[in-house]
Amino acid sequence: MAAPEAVERLAQLALFADLRWPELEAVAHTFDEEVFAQGQRVLRQGITGGSFYVIVEGDAAVVIDGQERARLGRGDFFGEISVLLGGVPIADVRAETLLRCLVLPGPELEGFLLEHPPVMLRMLQAVARRLRDASRWS
Amino acid sequence: MKPFPPGEYPVLVVGSGPGGLQASYCLRRLGVDHAVLSADDGPGGMFQRFPLFERLISWTHAGADAERGTREYELHDQNSLVADDPALGALVPGQLADGHRRPSRDEMVAAMRSFAERAPIPVRYECRWESTKQEDSAYVLATSDGEYRCRAAVFAIGMTQPWIPPIPGLELEQHYVNVDCAPDRYRGRRVVIVGKRNSAFEIGEAISRQGLRELTLVSPRSPDLGRLARSPLRPWYLTTYDEHVRGAPGRFVLNASVDRVEHREGGFVVHALDPTRSEPLLLEADDVIAATGFSTPLQDLPELGVATVREGRLPALSAFWESVTVPGLFFAGNVSDAAPGLRKHGVASLSTMVGGFRYNARVLARHLAETLFGMSSERPRIERDCISAFLLHELNHSPELAFQKGYLARVLRASDDEGAILDEGILPLEVFVDGSADGVAITLEFDAEETIRPVVYVRHDGVLHEELLAPHPLRRYDGQPYLEDVEKLLRPLLR
Repeated sequence: MAAPEAVERLAQLALFADLRWPELEAVAHTFDEEVFAQGQRVLRQGITGGSFYVIVEGDAAVVIDGQERARLGRGDFFGEISVLLGGVPIADVRAETLLRCLVLPGPELEGFLLEHPPVMLRMLQAVARRLRDASRWS
Repeated sequence: MKPFPPGEYPVLVVGSGPGGLQASYCLRRLGVDHAVLSADDGPGGMFQRFPLFERLISWTHAGADAERGTREYELHDQNSLVADDPALGALVPGQLADGHRRPSRDEMVAAMRSFAERAPIPVRYECRWESTKQEDSAYVLATSDGEYRCRAAVFAIGMTQPWIPPIPGLELEQHYVNVDCAPDRYRGRRVVIVGKRNSAFEIGEAISRQGLRELTLVSPRSPDLGRLARSPLRPWYLTTYDEHVRGAPGRFVLNASVDRVEHREGGFVVHALDPTRSEPLLLEADDVIAATGFSTPLQDLPELGVATVREGRLPALSAFWESVTVPGLFFAGNVSDAAPGLRKHGVASLSTMVGGFRYNARVLARHLAETLFGMSSERPRIERDCISAFLLHELNHSPELAFQKGYLARVLRASDDEGAILDEGILPLEVFVDGSADGVAITLEFDAEETIRPVVYVRHDGVLHEELLAPHPLRRYDGQPYLEDVEKLLRPLLR
């Protein structure tokens, strides 16, 4: 069971915005939560077995071969590319502040998305936005 | 005379369960002066009360063909505390009733008591930690016996506090810990259990044997059947679920969130919301039991700045089990599970069990000795032509690697000094992976298919490479193919 505040916090994240209360509560039960100190690595470039993360609080940096490439904040998610494509992460993600994330083990992501199509659609939109921005600026 | 009067100590250990005893033993072996305080009146911790009905789920093979007290024997015994003195290790098998492979809580307490007496581990019992403050670079713990000042504190306080979600009408008296264990208490009654984890199935099975009229388990998430099926308790735990699936009268396992519990004369109505239905399900019950889990009794530590996870139930911990926000506050025992490690493929460590956290305590003690008190323990040099054989030996014989899969690793470091390879001992895998020193770490891990495999991590010129070795059906990681694989991986490091 999750406290109403925890469920409320989920409802405010874009990824879960279309879910109703009992579904949100089930989501709160499905994801674990981890807190990282500033400077700690969350996702590791080149290491197998990574998870899927959604940032609840704090900022993170996407780092490839030691170079910072992007910043992530509340509501952003990461780790899905290597999980869905079956490879290893192509970047590190490092906590830039105290960072609180929801975590879903990689092997559970596909089943979760199939069970929650509105979340899958939101994820698709976010990924499409990333693609558009990448082609616009590069 | 009670030991450890109020005053100043380099380190304070709070708790006298397996986590506190193991931490104190390891600190003492390294010569780190400390006091141990406990609110209880004797050793044993949570095993004085739990589990309520069944035996533990971790194994002790009393008749195993290995000498008790050796590292080899530890593989056969997940429940004893570990010690350098063979007479102190493996105390659980001696307590185990004939014919059992899993200890009861009384057998666990007897083994803990024996360990505390023989080691000995002095503890100031009936001394309750009440509040905490920070003064300069020290912590001050106020207790029922007075104030204790320390540089670092190790809390081995267990996940022992009953936790219930804020569901209107669900009360603490209904929690698992307060269940009446009288043999006829639930005969002929309708019982709703809120929760679907181990304690829910444990209690469901135990009270089913009393002759229930109706049993319903309800919580939002569907039970993790894969995990339950691999649990040693599956014959008991899965009975309730099996009966639900096959349509046994009055046996239900529901995936629904509990909106509220209405108290009616002589009973309850549980209002459950099933996401697939528009109307709430109304569950009439004579008894409601909240098998909703436990939290860590952190007292005022969150006000001191200790960040928590899972709605305040666990402290957020670093790889060395230190609060990520308040340095100097460490955790041992089953709360060390709050340091998740890499959790590759979602696989958790065994830190919730004695068989896992006993090794965490040893690593923690050395970390404290070295980082806070400047003591350095030896890092033996491994001859270059022995390195591969050394690593394979660890894969086949190390209980740390076998039980803390993907969590604890054997680490060798390439020293700047003439390229010597030094044995760093057992360390959290995360510490090696996220570090920068050249060297090699070896682990046993579950891969994506849940097959156990040796994994080698080599860092050379700052670049980390991970390699999964082949699994072996008999888990024998030796012989030429393994030796050649490891040698090949080490080549750049030894060049």
